[in-house]
Amino acid sequence: MNIERQEIEKLATLARIAIDESTIAEVTERLDSVLGLVDQLQAAETSGVEAVSHPMQGTQRLRDDEVSEINQREALQAIAPDTEEGLFLVPKVIE
Amino acid sequence: MYNLTVAELVKGLQSKAFSSVELTQHFLDRIASLNPDYNAVITVTADQALKAAAEADKRLAAGNAPALCGVPILHKDIFCTNGVRTSCGSKMLDNFIPPYNATVVENFEQAGAVVLGKTNMDEFAMGSSNETSFYGPVKNPWATDSVPGGSSGGSAAAIAARLAPAATATDTGGSIRQPAALCGITGLKPTYGRVSRWGMIAFASSLDQAGPMARTAEDCALLLNCMASVDDKDSTNIDHKIDDYSASLNNPVKGLKIGVPKEYFSEGLNPGTEKVVRQALAELEAQGAELIDISLPNSGLSVPAYYVIAPAEASANLSRFDGVRYGYRCENPKDLQDMYSRTRAEGFGEEVQRRILIGTYCLSAGYYDAYYGKAQQVRQLIRQDFAQAFKQVDVILGPTCPSPAFKFGSKGDDPVAMYLEDIYTIATNLAGLPGMSVPCGMVDDKPVGLQIIGNYFEESLMLNVAHQYQQVTDWHSAAPEGIA
Repeated sequence: MNIERQEIEKLATLARIAIDESTIAEVTERLDSVLGLVDQLQAAETSGVEAVSHPMQGTQRLRDDEVSEINQREALQAIAPDTEEGLFLVPKVIE
Repeated sequence: MYNLTVAELVKGLQSKAFSSVELTQHFLDRIASLNPDYNAVITVTADQALKAAAEADKRLAAGNAPALCGVPILHKDIFCTNGVRTSCGSKMLDNFIPPYNATVVENFEQAGAVVLGKTNMDEFAMGSSNETSFYGPVKNPWATDSVPGGSSGGSAAAIAARLAPAATATDTGGSIRQPAALCGITGLKPTYGRVSRWGMIAFASSLDQAGPMARTAEDCALLLNCMASVDDKDSTNIDHKIDDYSASLNNPVKGLKIGVPKEYFSEGLNPGTEKVVRQALAELEAQGAELIDISLPNSGLSVPAYYVIAPAEASANLSRFDGVRYGYRCENPKDLQDMYSRTRAEGFGEEVQRRILIGTYCLSAGYYDAYYGKAQQVRQLIRQDFAQAFKQVDVILGPTCPSPAFKFGSKGDDPVAMYLEDIYTIATNLAGLPGMSVPCGMVDDKPVGLQIIGNYFEESLMLNVAHQYQQVTDWHSAAPEGIA
């Protein structure tokens, strides 16, 4: 398994994680090592095997459609990096 | 007082041998003097603890005290605590003060427990050595040049060092059992869905499960009685009858069928660990249990399957940390993309970033079926191995980890060396089964854990087996040098 540099750059964009130019080689090497481990899966015989998503094969329980949470906007926004008039502030998106 | 078990503390408090305020102050003093050696506790809530203890003493005096009234405990810093920083071991949440309690925290509050503080952990529970914590590694009280295990290493080390009689923990691939083994304490990962995940910071949602850590199985039963709940706030939590986990501790193990999987005693297992674990099996055999050789043929695929499923789920779960609503935000972002990318590059440590990238890779277009789809099929094979085994046996026993605590930095730079530390524990998470670790001896003056795997919702039976083992052995009461 060998990841190409372009692939690492694409992953960094998809995952929204800035990867510093100086660490790309190291990041690539370690990801390759992990992908080498997970590639052992390819040898498993799984034709016709049903995939498991919930370990207990359970389905999600439903609850009544009732209001159960009170409005806590002030408490929730008190811990935000930046807010104004009840809104979360982020850098300007539209010029 | 620090050598008393939770069960003994409950009796002492109820008979007024000591007050909760005295007990709480005693443990706060121990944390103040000893924690700098171990770095197991990262937040101490002394004022709240003493206030809660005074309240507990009133209830004890009035004679209407709930089960754990006045007993001091620690919470792993992955559980949201109202008004108290919950960091998950990460710079990303170093400034995060939740406005609510996790269900587990709420349950302990209802039971009258007194919270001393929060324990250190691998960042976002990703690690087996506590070396990935933003707050620095926890040291193993048995050998301070060695790791305590992870990710619940702070909880395990705190109990081993008698900084608290019990603590909460979580386990996604072995994060309760492996540190319990390496620190010589008892820890239980319940069946998936037995304990609510609400307010527990998510790593891999289909694998994460909270459970108790203490010195004895009897104490773990008391704690699980409080932790287990049916909770509408966690839609994957299972509505299944909750046992009284203390009720069957004293059942004899005569006639119990114990499965011994050959794959857990193969290449890679430290010979000293194997010897000690086999002695533990012989001990139970001497009490009338029957040892049956079994096979879990797909065991070798569990680590590869896990390192697709867990990072895939983590990459989705951790996308919420974006610098907008809470937690860390980078300085002077030049635009929105820059804010996301730098916040996450600066806020997450190396191992967390790596897992997000692996997960993103496995879920990306063109790779999904080959990785995630395949891993979920392998998960089915692993589940079927256990289902087959449990037709023959009542419990499955083996080592918790391949060897005792390793030295800091000894796993080198290759992440895979560290991942193999969880080779015996990961399969139960993939299958959703309960597992526990019980101290069963020493190798190179370091503790070894015996792993007990049960069928779904058979925590009572596992605790029963562990308790019976602890009636005829005393590894669980051994203490590191200088501690007791």
